[in-house]
Amino acid sequence: MVPAMHLTSHRRSAVVLVLASSALLAACGTSSSTDASGSPSPTVVPSTFAPTTVTLLTHDSFAVTKSLLTDFTARTGITVKIVMEGDAGELVNKAALTAGNPEGDALFGVDNTLLSRALEAGVFDPYVSPAAASVPSALKVATKDAVTPVDYGDVCVNLDDRWFAAHKVTPPTTLADLTKPEYKNLLVVENAATSSPGLAFLLATIARYGENGYLGYWGQLRANGVKVVNGWTEAYEDTFSGGGGKGTRPIVVSYASSPPAEIVYAPDPKPTKPSTSVMTDGCFRQVEYAGVLKGTKNPLAARAVVDWLLSPAVQADVPLSMFVLPAVPGTPLPKVFTDFAATPADPLTLDPATIDKNRSAWIDAWDQVTLR
Amino acid sequence: MQPPSAWWFGLLPVAFVGVFFAWPLLTVLHRGLSPEGLDVLGSAATWRVVRFTTVQALLSTALTVALGLPAAYAVHRLDFRGRRLVLSMLTVPFVLPTVVVGAAFRALLPESWTGTLAAIVVAHVFFNIAVVVRVVGGFWTHLDHRWEDAARTLGAGPLTVWRTVTWPLLRPAVLAASALVFLFTFTSFGVVLVLGGPTTTTIEVEIYRRTVQLFDLPGAATLCVLQILAVLLVLVVAGRLQRRLSVRQRLARASVALRPVRAAADRTVLAVTLVEAVLVALPVLALVAQSFRVGDHWGLDWWRALGVEGPTTRDVAAWDSIRVSLSYAAAAVLIAVVVGGAAACAIAYTRRGGDLLDTGLMLPLGTSAVTVGFGLLITFAVPPVDLRGSWIIVPIGQALVAIPLVVRTVLPVLRSLDPRLREVAATLGSSPARTWRSIDLPVLSRALGVGAGFAAAVSLGEFGATSFLARTDAPTLPIQIGRLLSRPGEVNSGQAAALSVVLVVVTALAVLATERLRHPSAGAL
Repeated sequence: MVPAMHLTSHRRSAVVLVLASSALLAACGTSSSTDASGSPSPTVVPSTFAPTTVTLLTHDSFAVTKSLLTDFTARTGITVKIVMEGDAGELVNKAALTAGNPEGDALFGVDNTLLSRALEAGVFDPYVSPAAASVPSALKVATKDAVTPVDYGDVCVNLDDRWFAAHKVTPPTTLADLTKPEYKNLLVVENAATSSPGLAFLLATIARYGENGYLGYWGQLRANGVKVVNGWTEAYEDTFSGGGGKGTRPIVVSYASSPPAEIVYAPDPKPTKPSTSVMTDGCFRQVEYAGVLKGTKNPLAARAVVDWLLSPAVQADVPLSMFVLPAVPGTPLPKVFTDFAATPADPLTLDPATIDKNRSAWIDAWDQVTLR
Repeated sequence: MQPPSAWWFGLLPVAFVGVFFAWPLLTVLHRGLSPEGLDVLGSAATWRVVRFTTVQALLSTALTVALGLPAAYAVHRLDFRGRRLVLSMLTVPFVLPTVVVGAAFRALLPESWTGTLAAIVVAHVFFNIAVVVRVVGGFWTHLDHRWEDAARTLGAGPLTVWRTVTWPLLRPAVLAASALVFLFTFTSFGVVLVLGGPTTTTIEVEIYRRTVQLFDLPGAATLCVLQILAVLLVLVVAGRLQRRLSVRQRLARASVALRPVRAAADRTVLAVTLVEAVLVALPVLALVAQSFRVGDHWGLDWWRALGVEGPTTRDVAAWDSIRVSLSYAAAAVLIAVVVGGAAACAIAYTRRGGDLLDTGLMLPLGTSAVTVGFGLLITFAVPPVDLRGSWIIVPIGQALVAIPLVVRTVLPVLRSLDPRLREVAATLGSSPARTWRSIDLPVLSRALGVGAGFAAAVSLGEFGATSFLARTDAPTLPIQIGRLLSRPGEVNSGQAAALSVVLVVVTALAVLATERLRHPSAGAL
């Protein structure tokens, strides 16, 4: 173990050297890319750099195929150091606490439920990748041109098809169905106070029933025996009966991409089709963004990393690496996604600023109605 | 008698805890505390959380001590085959990461138990029985059994011997262990997050929720202060009691104290201990079974997958995680043993200042890990001491949690040293330094071995604090296990189970190895 630590410190000093030299380069770059008012001018990001390192802050679910990283380094001279900061909330709050003196150069993984907190704290040096020109405007709502949408996914109710077939019960198709007596004691959801899909589902009900109606809906869900557990793992793996879950409830709040994930992560021989399906009504759309951190000493290279996240290769990689959908339209999807991932026609959303302003009050009120 | 160097011993721990705990904590509290944060105290929900936290901690502590005492006696005083194995079985849970145990428990317990007080208390007993067995047992080993023999010779029955001799001698250690278990369970984070439900939540989890989910720093800071005050109260009361009950005695050599199982009472205690060991082993066995279960048959698929480096950045080869975990553990053990050893000496050799230091060192255990983590983040953010992203911050954070354990293990032994031994040495012309080397050091190093084992275990299994501290690109074993568990499907849960078994084995080996790293003269007393 001692040699291992030596190795790490050697590597570290090499990184320090690289960082020091890149800081010099970046100093020249900054003056040309930022005008006196501090707002970015449309400087074109160079395609190659002297060897430099960009630290990318991200959440624990981030993943990308390793060869794409090495290709990027070979092509541009930029080494990307990935630092996983915990869940998305932790990532954003750490960035907000250190705004202006960031731990890294770029950030990926702030989503639309957390975006306005990050923007208000001044976390980002505004930058939108040119590659985002073709991204649908629905994914750019409220980004204030400070960050670039990279991917999106939907939090949806998932169903255990086998259970419904075996019990000869018609599966629910709408949020309203979930309050009906035939689905009593069948639904498990995540705690909106501690879980990201849990919060997304609460937001979906607020988007559907309005601020005055959602508590009534949750009162009905409670009367119909909804079970609330703390996290996604407890819900899907322990309480849900489908998708390899060990529980007894056939309706769970999860993702539109859970059925393809069920296939990908099944042991060999893989099943030919998933045992679960997605209820496409009442889905909440989550969009994930990337941005350049304000105060980075390496802004141009950080921009190049944001551009890379929007590149065709990385966009094509996100479905199987992170089980989300690429933001750039026309990106080819893997077969398991085209076959089994649900695409809700009309996902629910809320304005990020509204979410940030009311989150605490909504969760407290939800807690009172659903849990006390 | 007070060795002249007592204050010097105190300097190191004061500096360490001051720089890496008090300063960041005050920085983050200064930033967070504001009048609006006090609103939290007016909310009924807050007091529900406070009440639940206290109730579950009291229940957990009482049950852990009740079940831990017979086991401590059996594995440290009785001579029976498989004694070391039983001791290891009882110790292993303490080092398991909560994410892993949470999953194992949820698989074993009926679904109706999830999110209940009972599930949390059972898990707390499972985790902390090792604390009682180790802290009390370590002390018990060195109790001079001739006192008990004398009482027995004078006609006392087993109960009378226990009531009049053993218990009074043992009380300080039991109190120390109870205080530790209470602190651990009062500030419990991982167990409550994983096994608790939305209505069964502790102050620590509520601070985490306010900090991470709501970004309500004022509310989190207020709760953090509330928790620290509660912990301080417990520490001060426990410290007073412990000092009052401490009896100076000559400690015996460990091996001499073991005795064969003869009395009926001993047999009963042994039987209870064996049952406990088996129960405690169940979740671990469930993990082992899961790691070999592939679909509907048995196989090595998940074990083979561990050695293969997967295609994405999230797939880390098991070897890398083991290497990272061991590197952190080596550094954490070194820091904890040096700082904790110095602290124990300072506390044992001084009176008022020692108590203060003792309490100060325990505070990190009672302080929200997420608060300290955020504090470190904003405190050490300015070059040249920008420690963010540096690997050293992780073992430092782990050492903060491990130091009190080292102190708890060493202090009762050091305090019980008969001062006449030192006086005799001084009378014979020995210098203070030489006296310390020949009288204190052998006892100290023996106890430090046990403390080092604790520190290694804390470092290897620690999930809470590490996950809030600066992360390098290399995850530790518990963090990698947590990441695997957060993904769906058997490929991930199977590998998580296999990696958990690896963690158990690595930790068991590391604990055994560190415990053997004792001063050569240890046991020569």
